[in-house]
Amino acid sequence: MVAIPSRHKSLVLLTGVIILQVLMLAVQIKRESEGRLIRIWTVGAVSPFERAGSSSFGWFRDAWRKYFALQNTTKVNEQIRRENDALKLQISQLQGKAAEADRLAALLNFRQSHANVPMIGARVIGTGAGTASLMIQLDRGERDGIRKNMGVITPDGVVGKVVESYPNASQVLLLTDKESGVGAMLADSRIQSPVGGQGEPLLVMKYVPNDDEVNPGERVVTSGMDRIFPRDLPVGTVAEIKPGNPFKQIRVKPAASLERLEEVLVLLTLHPLEMKNEERPANAQPSAPGAASPPRAARR
Amino acid sequence: MNDAFDIRGESHIEVHKFRAGAIIIATLLALVIQASFPLHFARAAVLDFPLLVTIYFGLSRRNPSTGLLLGMFIGLLQDSLSGPTVPLGLYGIAKTIIGYLASSIGARLDTEHPAARFALTAAFFVAHQGLIVLTRRILLAQPEPWFNMHLFLAALVNAFVAVFVFLLLDRLRKN
Repeated sequence: MVAIPSRHKSLVLLTGVIILQVLMLAVQIKRESEGRLIRIWTVGAVSPFERAGSSSFGWFRDAWRKYFALQNTTKVNEQIRRENDALKLQISQLQGKAAEADRLAALLNFRQSHANVPMIGARVIGTGAGTASLMIQLDRGERDGIRKNMGVITPDGVVGKVVESYPNASQVLLLTDKESGVGAMLADSRIQSPVGGQGEPLLVMKYVPNDDEVNPGERVVTSGMDRIFPRDLPVGTVAEIKPGNPFKQIRVKPAASLERLEEVLVLLTLHPLEMKNEERPANAQPSAPGAASPPRAARR
Repeated sequence: MNDAFDIRGESHIEVHKFRAGAIIIATLLALVIQASFPLHFARAAVLDFPLLVTIYFGLSRRNPSTGLLLGMFIGLLQDSLSGPTVPLGLYGIAKTIIGYLASSIGARLDTEHPAARFALTAAFFVAHQGLIVLTRRILLAQPEPWFNMHLFLAALVNAFVAVFVFLLLDRLRKN
């Protein structure tokens, strides 16, 4: 046993007695929010060692897992990579389906909101083989009631008209084609003029006199004069206006995304249609005689 | 052996012994006075008789172990008598250290002279208060002023009274 020098005995005794009393104090004292002081001290004294032990254990565990226990990592990585690729593909497919569902929902809504207009949905299955004409091919044809010169639209606006109909397919000339055209008018001023394609993304509105006021951004809608499309279907918006001789040169941006068509609606009638339109502008002028033909019984 | 060497071994300092039961009786008497005096004389609350007894016997016995144990004993009794607001150990710790210091100093210095007793008592009183405040601040989280004029005056009063009390206590020594 270690002998304590006699002159230090009292000091040791003092230390022991003080510690004893401090501990006694700690047992008695209870701080309002933290509990008994002895608990605080004990936790304070022990927790650093616990923390150090936990850190050390965590370090060794991580070191073992990250540097030594890697026997199957390559195989697992390969498997995960394959799964990741498959999941990416699946996500892409699901995103495509979701987008398709959105488009079909829009078509359905459009059909339901224009229930008096006979129409059928068709899927775009191809485009024109050459560059001479801007055309798309649909997966529905004569057997579905599609005939030549029927109008083709989307909920966004006019697409074009059917130029050929086969038993199970049909061809549609897009509005942007040079040979294409639609009876149209400016939505606000109700000035009527046909709109046709030029083989470019933008359409041209012909025969608007220089005296008539046309503003950029003004909506262009169908007039119904061509007896293919019902009135007030969106054709596009005025993108550019230049004075010409004798008419203005007005370029119109198509309302429908003609470069990215996947589903369309074919208007199943060759007779003039009147489409119910709840958003007619307040300053709308009366249509030209003959433009507002009364709706006729439509064939479904 | 009644004599002890100081730390330098230069001089002999007498270790006093007391009559049987003198320390116990003096201690209990000090505690009783401390507990009852302020009831009749409010200003007497400034006096700390248990501390004076601790200092006296520490200086006289000149044995640090005895001094600190006596200080602890007196302090714990004072804690016990001080009610539930004073935890056991508050005065105990302070008086333990004062007992140790008093007996350690008593073993090195001649503390029989009244002036020395006055000075030492004043110093120990201040140290005692400092220890109590330290304990309160650190362990009890009770903010207390370290020192003020009241404590300074109390130190002087206790030192003055101690000179006379110590003379009375001297009578308890064995011849």
